[in-house]
Amino acid sequence: MARVVVDVMLKPEILDPQGQAVQRALPRLGFDGISDVRQGKRFELEVDGPVDEAALARIHDLAESFLANTVIEDFTVKVEEAAEVAEAAK
Amino acid sequence: MTARIGVVTFPGSLDDRDTQRAIRIAGAEPVALWHKDKDLKQVDAVVLCGGFSYGDYLRAGAIARFSPVMEPLIEQAKAGLPVLGICNGFQILTEAHLLPGAMLGNDHLHFICRDQRLRVENAETSWTSDYRAGQEIHIPLKNMDGRYVADGYTLDKLEAEGRVAFRYLGLNPNGSLNDIAGITNEAGNVVGLMPHPEHAVEPLIGTGRTDGLPFFTSILKKLVNA
Repeated sequence: MARVVVDVMLKPEILDPQGQAVQRALPRLGFDGISDVRQGKRFELEVDGPVDEAALARIHDLAESFLANTVIEDFTVKVEEAAEVAEAAK
Repeated sequence: MTARIGVVTFPGSLDDRDTQRAIRIAGAEPVALWHKDKDLKQVDAVVLCGGFSYGDYLRAGAIARFSPVMEPLIEQAKAGLPVLGICNGFQILTEAHLLPGAMLGNDHLHFICRDQRLRVENAETSWTSDYRAGQEIHIPLKNMDGRYVADGYTLDKLEAEGRVAFRYLGLNPNGSLNDIAGITNEAGNVVGLMPHPEHAVEPLIGTGRTDGLPFFTSILKKLVNA
C-alpha cells in the first residue's frame, strides 16, 4: 500500500481571512517575524495496489474535479515514500 | 394547469419546506425531489435551497454537486431548464460550474444573519421578470460562506453582459467582489444568490415584506405563458 498526498491551497490572489486571523494571533503568542500565513488542506490517500502512472493520473483527475476547486485553488499531488510513511507512523 | 417546480432535499438542507411553501403561495405546485433521485419527475423548473448539504464538508456545495439528482439537473439546465440556487443552492451551482466563480467564507469569519437591502440589477431572467431593474428589495441573508469571488476576466464579462442579477446595498456583508449578491448564466435560466427570497413571501414573517415573492411569481408566469 502506498500513500499519495494531495495539498490544496487557495490561489495567491484569493484573500485568506483564516490565514490572516492565524497570523494576527502570532505576536500575542510570542512568535515574531512571521509576516504572512496562508491556510490550506492536505489529503492523504491510501492507495491499494501500485502507484503507477495510470493511478497517479486518476488521482490527478480526482484532485482537479473534486478535492480542489480550480476556480479558487491550486493543488499538488505527490507520492509519499514508504520510509516517510513509516517515520510518520512512529 | 399550473407549473410544477421541484425542490431538492440533500442531507443537511434546511430551507426545503420554506421553499415549497413559497412556491405554493405564488400559485405553483411544489414537487419534492430527493438527492438520490435519478430523474427530475418531469418538473418545469427546480430550486436548490439553502442549508448545509453534507455539512459543508470539503467546500460548501462540493459534495452535493456530485449527487445522483445533479446529473439530470446539470444536463437539463444546460438545455434551458430554469434553476434557482439560493444560498447553499448558489454554492452548489458554482461548484457544478453552471454559474461562474466560487463562494468562500465571509471575510470577517462570522456567520451573518440579518435583513439585507439589495438592488435588482437584471429583471430579465426567468426568476426576476416580476421585478423592475434598479428596484430595491429587503430579504433575509444568513450564511457563513457568502463571499463571491471570480477572476478579473470573469467579473468584467459578468458586468459587461448584465449578468450581475443582484447587488448588496449599504455595507458589503461578506467581502463579495463588486458587492455581488447574485448572478445569472448567459441564457438567464440559471440564477443563484446568497440571500433568501423564500423567507420573505408573507407579511407576517421575515422582513415583514413580501419582497421575495416575485422570484416565484416570475417563474410561474414564464412557465404558464410558455
